[in-house]
Amino acid sequence: MSLGDPIRRSILRDAIGIGVATGAYGVSFGAISVTGGLSLLQTSALSLLMFTGASQFAMVSLIGGGGSPIAGAATAVLLGTRNAFYGLRLSRVIGGPGRRRGLGAQFVIDETTAMAVAADSDAAARLAFWATAVSVFTLWNLGTILGAVGAQSIPDPKTLGLDAAAPAAFLALLAPRMTRRHLWAVSLGAALVALASVPLVPAGVPVLLAAFVTVVAALRLEGRGKG
Amino acid sequence: MTVWAAVIGASLGCYLLKLAGLSVPRELLDDRRLARISTLLPVALLATLAVTQTFSTGRHVMVDARAAGLAAAATAQLLRAPFLLVVASAAATTAAVRLIH
Repeated sequence: MSLGDPIRRSILRDAIGIGVATGAYGVSFGAISVTGGLSLLQTSALSLLMFTGASQFAMVSLIGGGGSPIAGAATAVLLGTRNAFYGLRLSRVIGGPGRRRGLGAQFVIDETTAMAVAADSDAAARLAFWATAVSVFTLWNLGTILGAVGAQSIPDPKTLGLDAAAPAAFLALLAPRMTRRHLWAVSLGAALVALASVPLVPAGVPVLLAAFVTVVAALRLEGRGKG
Repeated sequence: MTVWAAVIGASLGCYLLKLAGLSVPRELLDDRRLARISTLLPVALLATLAVTQTFSTGRHVMVDARAAGLAAAATAQLLRAPFLLVVASAAATTAAVRLIH
């Protein structure tokens, strides 16, 4: 099935928009990473090879804050578990033969999943996934290099409000999906548990606690037969 | 060298997790509980990331200029503004509040 031009244009426009927002976020990642003591090469390697923002931020902020590289790596991998769940939803989109799946797997992240899941058909979901993958991967890595190289010379990304860009992007991705009341309830509960745990556990772990709360809530809702 | 080992090891771990999600048998995908978990999880985690990245820095919970940014983004979203405008309004509002203070 082929896609109409308006649908195709709309998907590509959104993919570029998300890429630009993520690229701006990548600038702050690059800067934070180098400031935290990682080299330009290590910083770039993370964006190329790990390519999942929350894990990368957790790792470099832990190492920068004096944590051991092993603790940073463990937290990054634990945070990456959510991508396995995203993969569950994407197997129909990039399941296919081994080589395409092997390549596509690297791009299974928040942004590509949100775009693919929001699409109306399988063809639209495939275009949304790959367009977002190319856009985000390119601009995230360019942003990383820019931020890392300019870490000493650019003004603090905070003066530009860039640290508020990422939460806003998450909000914009989230909003169209909040269609049912139990989604609000579970999301709010998970977010509050995470926030309450911020002072108590290492950086990155609050999101894991939120994931745990969500899984428990999902199983309980299932038990009550809520569709 | 330890940092390099962590970079490579954690990257490999993250990749294998991504691949695992795509590679589980189809019977597992048809499990209703997993289907519900995989519907709820991204939504809840997006909400969690938005909240924690707005109201905390490191291990400190705080309300600062980012809260104004998120409020601006929520307003823009309610007005059905395009994605980039939602993000830009948050950054601009946050920067403006910091300038004033």
